[in-house]
Amino acid sequence: MSEKKIKILVGKPGLDGHDRGAKVIALALRDAGMEVVYTGLHQSIEQIVRTAVQEAVDVIGLSIMSGAHIPICKKLLELMAAEGIQDIPVVVGGVIPKQDVPHLKQLGIRGVFPGGMPFDAIISEIQEIVG
Amino acid sequence: MGVAKYVKNGKDGIEEVIYQSGIRVKPVYTPKDLEEVGFDYEKDLGDPGQYPFTRNLHPQGYRSRAWTTRQYTGFGTSQETNKRFKMMISHGQTGLNVAFDLPTQMGYDSDSPEALGEVGRVGMAVDSLRDFEVAFEGIPLDRIGSGLTINAVASIMLAMYQAVAEKSGYPKEKISATPQNDILKEMIGRGAWIFPVEDAVRLVGDSIEYAVKELPRCNPVSICGYHIRESGATPAQEIAYAFEIAKAYMDNVIQRGMKAEDFVGRFSFNLNVFGNLWEQIAKFRAARKLWAKMLREEYGVEEKKKLFLRGLFGGGGSGLTKNQPENNIMRGAYYALGAALSGAQTTALCSFDEAYTIPTPRAALLSLRTLEILMDEVGLRDTVDPLAGSYFIETITKQMEEKIIEEMKQIQEIGGMVHAVATGFIQRKVARQAYEYEKGVQQGEYIKVGVNKYVDEADQPTDVELHQYNESWVDQQISNLKELRRTRDNREVTRTLKELEQGTRAGKNVMPLLVNCCRAYATVGEMAGVFRDLFGEWDEPGLF
Repeated sequence: MSEKKIKILVGKPGLDGHDRGAKVIALALRDAGMEVVYTGLHQSIEQIVRTAVQEAVDVIGLSIMSGAHIPICKKLLELMAAEGIQDIPVVVGGVIPKQDVPHLKQLGIRGVFPGGMPFDAIISEIQEIVG
Repeated sequence: MGVAKYVKNGKDGIEEVIYQSGIRVKPVYTPKDLEEVGFDYEKDLGDPGQYPFTRNLHPQGYRSRAWTTRQYTGFGTSQETNKRFKMMISHGQTGLNVAFDLPTQMGYDSDSPEALGEVGRVGMAVDSLRDFEVAFEGIPLDRIGSGLTINAVASIMLAMYQAVAEKSGYPKEKISATPQNDILKEMIGRGAWIFPVEDAVRLVGDSIEYAVKELPRCNPVSICGYHIRESGATPAQEIAYAFEIAKAYMDNVIQRGMKAEDFVGRFSFNLNVFGNLWEQIAKFRAARKLWAKMLREEYGVEEKKKLFLRGLFGGGGSGLTKNQPENNIMRGAYYALGAALSGAQTTALCSFDEAYTIPTPRAALLSLRTLEILMDEVGLRDTVDPLAGSYFIETITKQMEEKIIEEMKQIQEIGGMVHAVATGFIQRKVARQAYEYEKGVQQGEYIKVGVNKYVDEADQPTDVELHQYNESWVDQQISNLKELRRTRDNREVTRTLKELEQGTRAGKNVMPLLVNCCRAYATVGEMAGVFRDLFGEWDEPGLF
């Protein structure tokens, strides 16, 4: 049983400071055996990409509560492509209306976890995405 | 069930109830319980309006005056916000509570790269005095008080409020503003902080000192247990941490040579009504008493009105659910009932659609109507403190007091609130509790109707009418800002900003300098930029 430990970046991009969700999921993922890099608040997309490269994470998770998930995800994916790390899967959680989910998926977001989704479901989806 | 711990027997009978604050609830209470907790009417309650104000701040409670309703409002541009303000006032709302967008809260102009995607999204965009002129156009600022929900740059917004009032012909002595201005709670919970802890607390101190001297009807700080509770604190911790935060601000102002008696009457609180109904009522009653006692015994405050724990007790957002969102209307009504039974002076509710978006006009109005029904229809104004004397309520009010004191001691033992926040002690503690609570909900230990009980599998996720974010507001906001930069007297802007920079560096009170900057139409980003250059930004402690 020497499955590789998943290393995940939990990031709070932009100006929104509502970090209860991000912290709770960071603790849950850590309890599930993942290695969690929690960025803290007010991260620019550039900072998140830089951390992802430096820490060589397997997956990037963003927590977005302000409603700005589409512009933020767009910018992140563009910058990741420019940095040549577009293979790292990106998942997003937070206050996300269901009509935005197809749009996010179409942009290339691999998993969308709206508020209230059970930890187990989030964990297994991340495991699946990372493979 | 709910947020408390319930142990049941095989037949759905309840064997044990333990509240979040750690109080064990018995199935029956009698006069013996009052005896056991040492209940004394004069000492513990006193009549309403009498020290220690457990029962109410005023002798007749809502008989003499119903509560003030103050729904949180603001979005898009100042024009849009002005329309919504006027709508809420025309429907009977008696105060404003202004929501600012994130760039404004974080001290960035609408055209800065950091503002991308956020302009006017969660509140109104404010770049300069010009936006305030539009937002408050036609609002009688001598009659309608305004809560300004902003913290890191609260000093700037208070200065701007004075400037806009003076321009509209209201002298600064007549206006009533309550900037939230509680930066320590932002560091614990809401996250809209900019500057390092010490510098941030100094700005809070500056605005308190200034308001006491120059703005006789303004309450310069509203201490928010509310957001600390939302972040995962228990009700007892909510009050304990709020009081320890208040003490941190008081100490800052006292160091300037003022006495608590001179300024503490201007403090107000913003507290949360989410959770077990009885526990909330006990919390508010115990809090009024402890605050008065602490000010009198530890700070030598004597004048009665200055011992009042004044403020807003508002329905908490974290109790609302995304599933079956209409249920949130009923939840709001029960939270409001709890607030009314606790003698809330001012109140507000999160609207039922807030798990999705900022409220539509219909949702905001439903919240207001919920509050109005309690006062005008149901009988909550009939008599003051209707639960007084209940064996149960009085026993747990005493027990709550003990729990709050215990939590305060813990903070004092590790060196006070500034230290507890700077090291991340509180943040880690409440995050861990939030996680444990969330696990409890997911495992069905805490019941949420529509989430883990009475879930209708056949039910599709409900469609909620969503507040629409209008991209054209952003363009309008930015073009107005560019126009402002072209047409204002830029020499005057540079001069006032220079004075702000020199004064801040010299340790002067920044408030009069900010008022001058605002009058010259300096932007929020320019004023906050002066502080950013001098103070730098806070380095948040880690989570693990």
